[in-house]
Amino acid sequence: MSETITADIADQPGATPAAEETPQEAAGRKASSIEMQGLHKRFGRDTVALDGVDLEIRAGEFFTLLGPSGCGKTTLLRILAGLEEPDDGSLVVGGKTLTEVPPHRRSVNTVFQSYALFPHLSVRDNLAFGLKMRGLPAAERDAKVDEIAEFIKLGDLVDRRVDQLSGGQRQRIALARALVCEPDVLLLDEPLSALDAGLRSQLQVELLRVQKRLGMTFVFVTHDQDEAMVMSDRIAVLNGGNIQQVGAPREVYERPVNAFVARFMGHDNLYPVRERQGDRLTTALGTLTAEEAGEGELLLIRPETLDLLPGEVEGANHVPATVAERLYRGSHAEFRLEIGDTTLQATVNNRGRHLPEVGDRVTVVVAPEDLVTLSE
Amino acid sequence: MSYIGVTPTARSRAMVSEARHLLLTVAPGASWIFIFLVLPSAYLMGVAFMTNGPYGLPEMPLSLASFERLAGFGFLGWSPGNLYTLLRSLWQTLVSTGLVVVVAYPIAYYITTCREKWRPILLLAVVVPSWTNQVIRTFGWMNLLAPGTPLSGLAEGLGLIAPNMGLYPSNFAVTLGLVYNFLPFMVLPLYGAFEKLDTAQVEAAQDLYASPVRAFWHAVFPQTLPGLLAGIVLVAIPAFGMYVIPELLGGGKGMMLGNLVANQFSGGANWPLGAAGAILMLLATFIGLYVMRRIGKRLGGGEEVVI
Repeated sequence: MSETITADIADQPGATPAAEETPQEAAGRKASSIEMQGLHKRFGRDTVALDGVDLEIRAGEFFTLLGPSGCGKTTLLRILAGLEEPDDGSLVVGGKTLTEVPPHRRSVNTVFQSYALFPHLSVRDNLAFGLKMRGLPAAERDAKVDEIAEFIKLGDLVDRRVDQLSGGQRQRIALARALVCEPDVLLLDEPLSALDAGLRSQLQVELLRVQKRLGMTFVFVTHDQDEAMVMSDRIAVLNGGNIQQVGAPREVYERPVNAFVARFMGHDNLYPVRERQGDRLTTALGTLTAEEAGEGELLLIRPETLDLLPGEVEGANHVPATVAERLYRGSHAEFRLEIGDTTLQATVNNRGRHLPEVGDRVTVVVAPEDLVTLSE
Repeated sequence: MSYIGVTPTARSRAMVSEARHLLLTVAPGASWIFIFLVLPSAYLMGVAFMTNGPYGLPEMPLSLASFERLAGFGFLGWSPGNLYTLLRSLWQTLVSTGLVVVVAYPIAYYITTCREKWRPILLLAVVVPSWTNQVIRTFGWMNLLAPGTPLSGLAEGLGLIAPNMGLYPSNFAVTLGLVYNFLPFMVLPLYGAFEKLDTAQVEAAQDLYASPVRAFWHAVFPQTLPGLLAGIVLVAIPAFGMYVIPELLGGGKGMMLGNLVANQFSGGANWPLGAAGAILMLLATFIGLYVMRRIGKRLGGGEEVVI
């Protein structure tokens, strides 16, 4: 039945050019940039959710909003979706000002944290919902739903009921339901947070592949820095309604601009600089030589840049220490080292070499080029 | 439960104790239902198929005379009186239930949007009137709607009723009384449905290009359907069998099925006819419940809506 109708439409030249496009082409054609300027949002009298956010997201980018709960990332996403209106500021998507456009008139779709599938509808009707609201005829809806089902590899899930789906399956239906509308921008609100670790990393890879194949602009919200680093082209770290840093994952991880970003990215080795003479910095660890460390008042030492030598070895940037704790993780081991009154975390790859034991005296070798300073 | 590995005597002892346990827990409820539901219903069924004797009491032999009379066949040939009463009961039930839905739906929604500390107070305000005796409240309406009252005057001024007729007694007064009486029974289940509404679904609908009206229809309404159906059942069934309100507000032309049945057990004095009327009401109620279930299933996407 639906086959014949689709064929009829396809026969009419130029009747429905969109129907002959694959989702990839359609999305690539439509990928949109986003510009946000001076976005403010307040809830009640005292809660400031966004405190003047300026942000530019490039077309076709996998962009992540990263931060702890209450940092404003979800509010920002909801403003993009139109579910929340900013008190002040402007939002431009693909050259169109959307600041006051209601959600149902925006070519922006969302994958909700709770998935928010319609339980009273079949999976197929869930997938077709957006197309139906847009007034697409039934035959075209069916064709597009089949196309997206194949693209996301939903298989026979399409014919099931929503309450027969597992968490991971619901997640994929929610993704497909948003993608089938071919939006300018796809928003994802912690879409993987409800899944267990194994499924989560599998879906991370899947999501990333989908984004790369479609070339669509994805804005992804998460509080998990590992997830953010795996997925993103660029990351914006938020705290207290302000953007702390925007950059590629390596930039944000290796060169955090302040102590908040550093700690949020998982860094613990932060030491106040007591004295500075040229490129020689004195901290609680002693005096170390740094290359291009910058002017900040905190020294950051990334645990994985350190080398451990057995015994006490003299040398430049060599710091004697005692092993206080060792966590053996198979591929690598994490050490907590005591140096005077302070501690230092070190991560050492397990290459079959000698791994120091708790209580051993060791020498920490710090490479000058890996030292970074940042401000509080 | 399994008794594997237990000696035969111990097993039989365990079974005896389980049987005793079952008897002690189930028997009181079961005998209550048997004595006060099954036996009277069976008696009523029996009476309906008996002959009307002197003073209206049932007598042998068995006959279908009561059902024939109920269908309108009397000594003077067929008359539509009973049929009108049945149709009026159905119509009043339909209209008043519909109006209750229309009034209760926004009230229930409004209460859920209020601050949490106000909600119990507002719910109480809806429920408290029903703590007063129904007869007293209905008398209140008689006083409000009688000829010469401001409300009647207003209706006269607008040309809605003939001069000096008053809004009571009339079918309109019965509808009003039913709506007023049953409003809390619709507000409460609807409030329950609104309170656990998943707003993410509503946002998802808006996100997927549904205008506010369509978002309501596709994402809010289906979620309130179980509460709505429960409310309809709580309102429609008692409304269909209502006796007091049509008796007091309806006058001679406002009689409903409940009045017809009640009259056969008192003034009209024809127990078999009353019993037949009661069975008709029961049947109509079952049919109504079945239809509701089907509607619930259809709109609920095949999901069972528990009534």
